[in-house]
Amino acid sequence: MMELGKLIKVVLLGILNVVFIWTALFLYGIQAYWILLLLLVGAALINYVFISEKAYPYRYLLPASFFMILLVVYPILYTVYVSLTNYGTGNILSKEQVIAQLQDRRILDADAGNYSYRVFRDSTGQLWFLFADPQGSLLLGYEGKLEAVTEEEASARLAGFSELARAEVVRATNELSALSFALDEVSYLQMRNIYSFGVYRPQYQYSPERDELTDLESGIVYTPVLGYFQAPDGTRLTPGFREVIGLGNFRKLFANPQVTGPFFRVFLWTVEWALLSVGCTFAVGLFLALLLNDPYLRLRKFYRGILILPYAVPAFISALIWRGLFHTELGVINRILKATIGSGVPWLQDPFWAKVALVILNLWLGFPYMMIVCLGALQSIDNEMYEAAVVDGASPWQQFSHITLPLLMVSVAPLLIASFSFNFNNFSVIYLLTRGRPPIVNAQTPAGHTDILISYTYRLAFESGRGVDYGLASAVTLVIFLITGAITFLNFRFTGELEEVRKNV
Amino acid sequence: MYRRHTLFGSIWRHAVLLIFVAFALFPILWVLSASFNPANTLVGQSLIPRNPSLDNYREVFTSEQYPIAGWIRNSVVIGLITSTLVVVMTAFAAYAFSRFRFRGRRTGLFASLLIQVFPQMLAAVSIYLLVLSIGRIIPALGINTHAGLIMVYLGGAMGVNAWLMKGYFDTIPSSLEESAMIDGASPFQAFFMIILPLARPILAVVFLLQFIGTYSEFILASILITSTEKYTLAVGLQFFIQDQYASRWGVFAAASVLGALPIVILFTLLQKNLVTGLTSGAVKG
Repeated sequence: MMELGKLIKVVLLGILNVVFIWTALFLYGIQAYWILLLLLVGAALINYVFISEKAYPYRYLLPASFFMILLVVYPILYTVYVSLTNYGTGNILSKEQVIAQLQDRRILDADAGNYSYRVFRDSTGQLWFLFADPQGSLLLGYEGKLEAVTEEEASARLAGFSELARAEVVRATNELSALSFALDEVSYLQMRNIYSFGVYRPQYQYSPERDELTDLESGIVYTPVLGYFQAPDGTRLTPGFREVIGLGNFRKLFANPQVTGPFFRVFLWTVEWALLSVGCTFAVGLFLALLLNDPYLRLRKFYRGILILPYAVPAFISALIWRGLFHTELGVINRILKATIGSGVPWLQDPFWAKVALVILNLWLGFPYMMIVCLGALQSIDNEMYEAAVVDGASPWQQFSHITLPLLMVSVAPLLIASFSFNFNNFSVIYLLTRGRPPIVNAQTPAGHTDILISYTYRLAFESGRGVDYGLASAVTLVIFLITGAITFLNFRFTGELEEVRKNV
Repeated sequence: MYRRHTLFGSIWRHAVLLIFVAFALFPILWVLSASFNPANTLVGQSLIPRNPSLDNYREVFTSEQYPIAGWIRNSVVIGLITSTLVVVMTAFAAYAFSRFRFRGRRTGLFASLLIQVFPQMLAAVSIYLLVLSIGRIIPALGINTHAGLIMVYLGGAMGVNAWLMKGYFDTIPSSLEESAMIDGASPFQAFFMIILPLARPILAVVFLLQFIGTYSEFILASILITSTEKYTLAVGLQFFIQDQYASRWGVFAAASVLGALPIVILFTLLQKNLVTGLTSGAVKG
């Protein structure tokens, strides 16, 4: 049995190594050297872990750690990096790409006039141009070069070539406009319109040694400042490039009033939302659990079975259904309200009512969980406590507040904190019901009255009409990470799970 | 603290419970009713449909523009594969954390605690770029593939689950494996044949939680999957309804009912186990 196990291990490791070698060759072929290096390190590690007896425990950890490092740890580190950059609309490209793009910009020398042209194709398919400059002198253009010719020379050189008719020129516009012919060191001929070529020269020249961009016309020198090429007077060339800008995003978050204002509003609502969600679901859940724990109540199983149902429906489906029910004109809730009290409620248009709708939805989604949890906790409380309390003459309320609640809290409090941090980041409910709407007016960043931090961040990164801002979004992500991290840490302190870790080592 | 009820006490208790029963059932019944209502509109729906029909369900299975049945199948398949792989991988990792003493164990435990706090969806940009470049090397794992999506889910699933399982393994006495190893079993055999069968309840909990989580996830899925027929239900259902509640209500209701079924069935089957898992700290997604 042992021997068979070893054999299987060796064969599997062999197959894995064949895959590694094949991938390595492929990576070498496409010159992805960094990934190749990572692959080799990884392959060496895997072989070591599976061959060395000392590394035995790591075999069990390998698959899980692999996926966790690749798909969680690496993205986290990348997020930290992006939060220190200006990555976003206007600063998407790398510096090299921006320089190349700016160097491609050209200006037309209008004084040089228009060059009329005829175009011919030789038997190999190559294009030949016969240009006439504004004074009437002829130039023969081919392979990017120009050559002054007389009329006789031209007709001799072009003999046997077929001239393109106007219609053919129109069809070949893309091909023709991609061509350019150098006139001198800087300027060149390029197609201006269907009838003529013009004299162009590049607008900017980049000097790699000094890392400057010079406007050849005005002579203004642009130097790279925080992701843009900038003139001494502060004018910036667009597009900007992606660059590490240090703590700029965090500074913006806490010091720019137009960003900070909405950010703190969103933050405040996030805390309110998490507290309201936990408070409401816990109050209702505990109340129902107290009722259902009563041995004298009939139909307990029936009630419990029905009341648990909302929990069995996937939350994204429930949220979409509730959005239909809350529909202002046609939704059933407003129809009932109109029939009973005479008027509906602007559920998703008014900031206050949108928040109410969210809390109702989250109550529906969450109270069964709290009910189950409280039922479990209630059942573990020893009945003798109550018997002793009754002997001492305690009222039901005193029994509840002095026995039930404190004992319940011991096991339920950590779950309440976990539920708080879950709702703190409860993206799907917010996104599916209100999308953060209605919007806050006058905010520089896209923020809505019902946005919580995580949905706000999502919109910053992916949905802003004014362009995306990955840098700022990543900065907010890290703030969220810190807050939930702190809450979780407190929770583990509370339950002693950290001590568990320490003790176990 | 409980006493026999007076008549009044009995009445108010049942009245209160019935109010909450109504609250819990109201959306469910309303959608069930809409799914059988041939009118397919939010306007003028009544709780008991006048001419019940299966038209909406037929539409779910036959619509070519919105292959809803296909989306449900995608979600179920992706959910099953992801949860199975997660259960296997986490069981291995949790077993190592529970039984072996090795360098980096403490760091590993702390790291998995810390990492579960980070919302994976917020790293969507870098995950997208990562999957894009993986796809250049291994096209089968690239953008717009279910395999690539499953791979991303595997990464995000470790933290909580590893802790849940480790906690359970800790409660199984290690003398069981020791005696098996005296009888000649390898450590792996002891784990596979002794511990795993005993840990079945927690494996079920992790499987169910992971399945529900994967089934409901829509951010990463909407970023990584680009063609309509490959959508999962959580992405497709939003794409289908957009804001067209007025005109697509009936089909949407039928799709919701069918889409909720896999979870409701699993939930009912594994409910007992789930309650144990929940009281030890898991939160359903």
